[in-house]
This record gives sequence, C-alpha cells and structure tokens, in this order.
Amino acid sequence: MSMQSSLDIVARSATTTPSASVRQAVEVAKLIDESKCIGCKACQVACAQWNELSDEIGHTVGVYDNPADLTDESWTLMRFAEVETQNALEWLIRKDGCMHCADPGCLKACPSPGAIVQYSNGIVDFKQESCIGCGNCVTGCPFDIPRISQKDNKAYKCTLCSDRVTVGLEPACVKTCPTGAIVFGKKEDMVAYGNKRAGELKERGFQQAGLYNPAGVGGTHVMYVLKHADTPEKYSGLPSNPTISPLVSLWKGAAKPLAVAAMVGAVVAGFFHYMKVGPIAEKEEEKS
Amino acid sequence: MKPSSNDLQRYDDSTRMNHWAIALLFFAAALSGLAFFHPSMYFFTNLFGGGAWTRILHPYFGVLMFLAFLGIYVKLWRDNVLNDTDREWMGKAGEMFAGNKDNMPPVGKYNAGQKLVFWSMTISLVVLTVTGILFWHAWFPDLPILARRIGVVLHALSAVVLVLTVIVHIYASIWVKGTTRAMTRGTVSRGWAQSNHPLWYRDMTQGK
Repeated sequence: MSMQSSLDIVARSATTTPSASVRQAVEVAKLIDESKCIGCKACQVACAQWNELSDEIGHTVGVYDNPADLTDESWTLMRFAEVETQNALEWLIRKDGCMHCADPGCLKACPSPGAIVQYSNGIVDFKQESCIGCGNCVTGCPFDIPRISQKDNKAYKCTLCSDRVTVGLEPACVKTCPTGAIVFGKKEDMVAYGNKRAGELKERGFQQAGLYNPAGVGGTHVMYVLKHADTPEKYSGLPSNPTISPLVSLWKGAAKPLAVAAMVGAVVAGFFHYMKVGPIAEKEEEKS
Repeated sequence: MKPSSNDLQRYDDSTRMNHWAIALLFFAAALSGLAFFHPSMYFFTNLFGGGAWTRILHPYFGVLMFLAFLGIYVKLWRDNVLNDTDREWMGKAGEMFAGNKDNMPPVGKYNAGQKLVFWSMTISLVVLTVTGILFWHAWFPDLPILARRIGVVLHALSAVVLVLTVIVHIYASIWVKGTTRAMTRGTVSRGWAQSNHPLWYRDMTQGK
C-alpha cells in the first residue's frame, strides 16, 4: 500500500533471485516507551484515520482492550495487562502491532511472489494486490500480527506508514502520541535513545528495564523500552525470544529445493531406467 | 467392456472410473499445490485462474480426491495386505529393477511394489487431508498457530511422498508392457497375467 520505489526493495516473498537493491535507504525504527504510555489510544485513532480504516464497533470484553484483538481494520492495539510484581499491582500497557522484523517470518512463509516485501529502510509491507489469501503469513509470524479480511480474503497489518515515511514524515501514531511515548527515526538513533531511556528507568528503581530489539528475528524496526525487559511476557504475552519457528524454517528452508530436486529427479531417473533396462515385454500365454 | 476369450477381466467399470476420477483430481490438486510449494512452480497458478483462485480451489480438489480414493480403498485394500511372499519379493526388488524378473517369487493380484504404492498413497492422502484442514483458512480461520505450523510441514512432506509414489506408479505402468490397458479397457492379456501375476492367473483360469 505504499508508493515506495521498487528500487528500495531488499527482500520479496516467493522470489529466489535478488531484488533490485543497489540503493540503500537509511534504516528506520519506531521506539515505543512503555513507561511513558498512558493508554489513551490516540495512536489507534490516528492509525485508523490516516489509513482510512473504520473497524466495527465491538463489545466490551471486561478489560480496556478495544477492539479485543488486532483485526484486518485495526492495525495497532493497546493491550492492557494487570500484573502483580513484588507486592504491587502494575498496569502494563503495550501498543501491539507489526514489529517489522529484519528477518520476517511472514515474508518467508508467503507463497505469492511479491505479496510481501521488505524495503531497504527496514519496513515490511503487504502488497494486497498480490495477496492470494492463503494465511501463510499468519503461520509464519512469530508475533501473531497479520489478519485476513473476511471481506476480501487479503492479509493486513501495520505498514509503519510506509507511505508517510517515504515522503519524510513520521508514522501517524508517532505524530499523534501526546506523551512522546512513541518516537521515530534512524534505527541506530532509536537504539541509542532506547538504551538511554532504559538507563534512566534503572536509576529510578526499575532494575530490569531494557530495550526490546529481539535478536532472534534479526532485530526489529519497532522496538520497546520495557520496565520489565527480563520478562516481556508480562506485557500481554510479548515473546521473550521470538524466532521464526523451526517448523516454518523446515517447511520453507533447504528441504523445499531438495524436494523439488527429488521429484524432478524421480522423473529423470525413470526416463533413464527405461532407456537403459528397457520395458518388460508382454509375453504370449504358455499353454501347460 | 466384455473380455474376449483371450483376455482376463482385471478391473470392472466402476473401479476404472473411480481410478480415473482420482487421477484427474490428483493432477488438479498436485499442480495447484506445487504452485505454492516452491516459487519455481508458481506459474502453475495460471492453469487455475491466478493465485487466489488456485488457493480457493486446491483444498476442494484435495477433499474430492480423498473421497474418491475411499471408494477404491474399500474395493482394493484386502488385495494389498502384505504377506511373507511380499517380503521375499522386496528382498529381490533389485533384480526386478535390473530387468531380470525371472527370479522373482510368483505374484498374486499385486506384487509387493504395487502394494507399497497402495499403502503409500493411502497414508499420504490421509495425512494430506487431515493436515490440510489445519490451515484451510477459509473454513477454519481460528485454529492455533502451532497446529497450522505442524500442518504445513506434514502437508508438504506427505505431498512429496504422494507425488513420488505417483511417479513410480505411472512409470511402472509404462515400463511393464500390457499393464495400462487394465485401467483403460479393464482387461489384460492372458500372457501378461501369466508372466506378471501367475498366482492371480491361476485363480482366474481355474476350472475354465
């Protein structure tokens, strides 16, 4: 859904040759500082407004999460968790959405050429016009982010506002955040800023504060500053060490070309067997 | 088709039509599935009206193939139970491949290779159907992601097993002359039966 040039694409789903990758854009990242978030949901509203999405009015499910889950029309979602920590009750709020992995499981799993692309600035984007609606991105994603629309059977998720970023603007959620909990910039700057914020939180007594930029997926282009970086699961199940599942790697890895070779090889072997050994001829009946 | 005096009936009409229904559905399911198996074969989606249509149709081809296979399974499974002679036959399979079939132990309606093809198809089709349901998003969008991940791996694996088995199956029918007509016309020659399936030939000709 972006206007970015195809020259900026570094990885393309279901494509076995390199994409045009001579140009190298600056790697960007969004940093979400959980300690500054007040749970106002302005980011959800800004996301819906900029992307012209209008999700169905849902139902209250007993917690503040609204809607109850990410959907094809709600690409970001505040998740509220009440967690007991050392004789205190903490209200941990996390803005959920696509993490824009450096090693994206969705892109690895997608069977449709070019339906998922990764730009050189790090953004992972879905190209709905090439999406076939199979749901493999759901299978591949380590963060349970993509959602398939019931209306058109296409996959949707946060684009990191790739259309805004490509013309030098920050994502809509960043622009609207009233507390400065969401910031956007060069990835290296965001890493430095995130580590600085984590240090400040440590000085204030949050000994386990840290930057969430998980190495298992090559790092992400959406990062968190967490007060409890040692136990990210407290934040509505944020995985502590996300990786592309070994099952997905097995499915989409080296086994695939080997299997193709085996199938083609079986036909070729049959051909040569026939040419070498020859057919088993049909015989006349022998009367006994 | 009525067998002539020199022919033996190997398959009745319903078995043959059942077989060819499975065969057509296999090619539909295999080509549409291979399109998603590897990017090098994505062009197969052109046969089915594009990527989205291929994704829509593939599971239905698969389910229909499975149902059609049930029909032939019920008819043929008893003839495909492996026995001691089959183990002896498998021990000498290398000679068979080299073209020296004179040393092979006498075979009934099916030899051990044919029986293994039957069971390989049966097992891979069951696995394909069950695992395919696990990530049939149009009908079952809310299954756990772990189930989908296990499903896709086993689905791809059993698909390769089935394709390889079908390659063996087709090749065997081309290799052993006089075999294909068992399915195209329902009959085989007496000479074919005597040399390839002597025990079945004896059963078929006793008292005649």
